[in-house]
Amino acid sequence: MSKVNLDYLDELEAEAIHILREVAGQFEKPALLFSGGKDSITLVRLAEKAFRPGKFPFPLVHIDTGHNFEETITFRDQMIDRIGEKLIVGYVQESIDEGKVIEQTGKNASRNALQTVTLLDTIAKYGFDACIGGARRDEEKARAKERIFSVRDEFGQWDPKRQRPELWNIYNGRIHKGENVRVFPISNWTELDVWNYIKREKMELPSIYFAHERDCITRNGQLMAASPFLNMDEEDIVERKKVRFRTVGDMSCTAAVSSDATELDDIIAEISASKISERGARMDDKVSEAAMEDRKKGGYF
Amino acid sequence: MNILKFFTAGSVDDGKSTLIGRLLYDTDSILADQLEALQASNRKNDDGTIDLAILTDGLRAEREQGITIDVAYKYFQTEKRKFIIADTPGHIQYTRNMVTGASTAKLAIILIDARNGVVEQTIRHSYLVSLLGIEHVVVCLNKMDMVGYSETVFNAITEKYKALAAELNLKEVTFIPVSALKGDNVVNESEHMQWYQGRSLLHFLESVDVEDALPYNLARMPVQWVIRPQTDELHDYRGYAGRILSGSFNVDDKVTVLPSGHSSVIDRIEIFDQRPVEAFAGQSVTIHLKDNIDISRGDVLVNSDHLPQSSQVIEADLCWMDARPLDDSITYLLQHNSKITKCKIREIVYKVDINTLAKQDAHDFKLNDIGRVVLKTADELPFDLYTENKANGAAILVDSRTNLTVAALMFRNVSY
Ligand SMILES: Nc1nc2c(ncn2[C@@H]2O[C@H](COP(=O)(O)OP(=O)(O)OP(=O)(O)O)[C@@H](O)[C@H]2O)c(=O)[nH]1
Ligand SMILES: [Mg+2]
Repeated sequence: MSKVNLDYLDELEAEAIHILREVAGQFEKPALLFSGGKDSITLVRLAEKAFRPGKFPFPLVHIDTGHNFEETITFRDQMIDRIGEKLIVGYVQESIDEGKVIEQTGKNASRNALQTVTLLDTIAKYGFDACIGGARRDEEKARAKERIFSVRDEFGQWDPKRQRPELWNIYNGRIHKGENVRVFPISNWTELDVWNYIKREKMELPSIYFAHERDCITRNGQLMAASPFLNMDEEDIVERKKVRFRTVGDMSCTAAVSSDATELDDIIAEISASKISERGARMDDKVSEAAMEDRKKGGYF
Repeated sequence: MNILKFFTAGSVDDGKSTLIGRLLYDTDSILADQLEALQASNRKNDDGTIDLAILTDGLRAEREQGITIDVAYKYFQTEKRKFIIADTPGHIQYTRNMVTGASTAKLAIILIDARNGVVEQTIRHSYLVSLLGIEHVVVCLNKMDMVGYSETVFNAITEKYKALAAELNLKEVTFIPVSALKGDNVVNESEHMQWYQGRSLLHFLESVDVEDALPYNLARMPVQWVIRPQTDELHDYRGYAGRILSGSFNVDDKVTVLPSGHSSVIDRIEIFDQRPVEAFAGQSVTIHLKDNIDISRGDVLVNSDHLPQSSQVIEADLCWMDARPLDDSITYLLQHNSKITKCKIREIVYKVDINTLAKQDAHDFKLNDIGRVVLKTADELPFDLYTENKANGAAILVDSRTNLTVAALMFRNVSY
């Protein structure tokens, strides 16, 4: 008898591939939400493992806030070239121009919240019935509660009180017209699992995940990249710092951490020793105790 | 390193969420910013210490009411193991969420409030643990601090639970006296209970052997997706993609495709860029056969020497999970792995009275009812008995009017 217990990364990988193939089998028009961050890059790798040598049975969809790190967009375009899959981009700027959302003002203005509208419009425009996302349950306490197949109503809303039972590895993706399902294949991965997987698979990442020199300001106790997208005033002192990013959202809401980690091994060591959670570096979660739950109820990723 | 998935069960307020919070806290798994949020929260224990239950009670409604409504998943690791915990609700109204958390777990922690002993929910959850075939059970007698850390209390409840375990056929049961609130015997051994010689909960979880006694011969792989690139250079490529449910497949094995019954031989196995000669339960693979046969999603590849049961009429245990009661006049959809077929409930054999575990005649099935039914499916279903091969012995029922998952099914017998 050969071995029965898979190593943890193999088990997580096999589970994610199974989920991706269920999406392919159960839905008419799925899409993979690609943010350019390490979790969605991991999803792309998993999709290659699930469907190669065939094509992905879904396009990649990027909701572009217009406030991106340049490195992420460069990376995105190179990756699309390499894998030869279709990319659809939904622009927050278009939603603003069409008057569907109004740009925030003030010091802490960010386009993060506006993304939801662009996302929902993009879903409606292409008629996507399933959107694969790279959210993990270890990220945040409301996410810890979400099913792998998470049904959203016509308005994209998550209703935590009416989640379907999700039994064994059987996923019920049946929906009514207008509804869609958000699917999270790496729900059971931790941040460290993702990094260990990136290392094992020798995956490429945008350079901003590794330590580099950058102009920063300190805002609400956190290091933010100085950029035209951040409303700065005289009080903000720009300093050159050696930093890296643990998570990649848009430039106005993702904080940097001081770091010398230039190699994957350094990053893994840094995260293992870290006393701050990944989302501790995101201003959008700091607003209130239920910030994420409220955004999800409103249709957020 | 491997992963142990476990869940906590027990009645409302027995301390499940607090216990998990304690496990995380005492293993240093809570990060500074999360701790800060806990300290800032206005839900505190009576003595002003932080309430560890809010670590898993992540929804606003849960924090407001101080109860768990839906499963929360938490992750931590020690040097020995990685753990995935499902913190499930104790409230009877949310039993379906408890079953959700339990269905993928290998080990159950059942909490009992030492002041109350075995209560109705203890029995219900233990019964579900036995139905779901979860082999490893740890009973934590919690709130020992409130009964003076008394050995007598511990022994009395243990005796009572042992009788229940025997009745339910639970095989491996371990008892640990704990205080989730104070931390006794959760991660650190207690100073208040010298009479207890066993390990703390964490040490037990780190060392318990959960290696599956897997049904090695029962090789089964539901086809989820057929990979057909249809490009010039891969013109004849036709791979059957799926996750092996049980057993193992080898190159040159004779396999049968069900329900069609056609057979062929495995030509090669692919796991992305690897070409293993053998693949086994849990792996997601792509299988190529020597012959061209018509295979599509919902079909299952099985070892030709060990065929599953095949029937349209099946006796199954059923947990009803929907607010609308079961209606034997309508047609449901039965989803068995990747296969969906129409299904009717032909007969209710019995319903279980949770207090007495007695089997009663019944004419209806309502939310949270558990019992035995006979069902009839539109297509013949290749399945194994749940007791022999869990992975191929379970299914869900979907109400096509609402699309909701309304029941969990465990196959017990072929019927006629
Ligand atoms: N004295 C004492 N109190 C405890 C202990 N464990 C939990 N409690 C208290 O019991 C109450 C309920 O605890 P929870 O952890 O929320 O209970 P639960 O089992 O998760 O409840 P549900 O999820 O709603 O079913 C809280 O006030 C806890 O502080 C213990 O060991 N000793
Ligand atoms: Mg609880």
